[in-house]
Amino acid sequence: MDFNKDLDARGLNCPLPILRTKKTLNEMASGEVLRVIATDPGSVKDFAAFAKQTGNELLSSTEGNGEFTFFIRKK
Amino acid sequence: MDEKKLAIIATKGTLDWAYPPFILASTAAALGYETQIFFTFYGLQLLKKDVSDLKVSPLGNPGMPMKMPFGPKWFRDINWNIPNAVQAIVPGFESLATTLMKQTIKNNGVATIPELRSLCQEADVKFIACQMTVELFGFEHSDFIDGIEYGGAATFFEFAGETDICLFI
Repeated sequence: MDFNKDLDARGLNCPLPILRTKKTLNEMASGEVLRVIATDPGSVKDFAAFAKQTGNELLSSTEGNGEFTFFIRKK
Repeated sequence: MDEKKLAIIATKGTLDWAYPPFILASTAAALGYETQIFFTFYGLQLLKKDVSDLKVSPLGNPGMPMKMPFGPKWFRDINWNIPNAVQAIVPGFESLATTLMKQTIKNNGVATIPELRSLCQEADVKFIACQMTVELFGFEHSDFIDGIEYGGAATFFEFAGETDICLFI
């Protein structure tokens, strides 16, 4: 999937992946896509909840090799 | 969508209890909540310029696992069951426990308190220090970080009365 910006949140634990994501989205334009890679297993539910509450769209959430990848489109 | 509001009262001044108010406030701010934390009694310690002396005490705290943050896995997995009487009598036990806790925090990629606190401030979380306790404990405004307000219970309720969530920590 194409994306405009990349955020490496590997090794970070709750709530840092969400906080860094929010900060990065603030610097992006509406409609742009952010890719986030995290290793915190709690991030799967957290990113879904973040998207639901902020209106940013979670395009995909996948897991592989202990890493979680999220694509988020800015509202 | 109306902006939601969160108010937190932070009353504890130890390293472990410093986490819940700052984690919840920074996350709420990221989710779009207007957020305030009212720091009172021991919670004022969390607003000190230097928070490196915040400590955690395993004494009388049976819920706290005592595990080593270094060494091989079998060693890290041991839960050291140290009697209260021993903890109380060994000088520096609290400092040792705090050092081990800080290492565990680092090993797990958990943010530090100064880091979470500045993330809150960057996200416009409002900090209010209880003026009465500041005087009661003999603190000076210069002991605390910049960008905080000083007020009393009425100040807290002005905002708390309009919140969706209100927590006492």
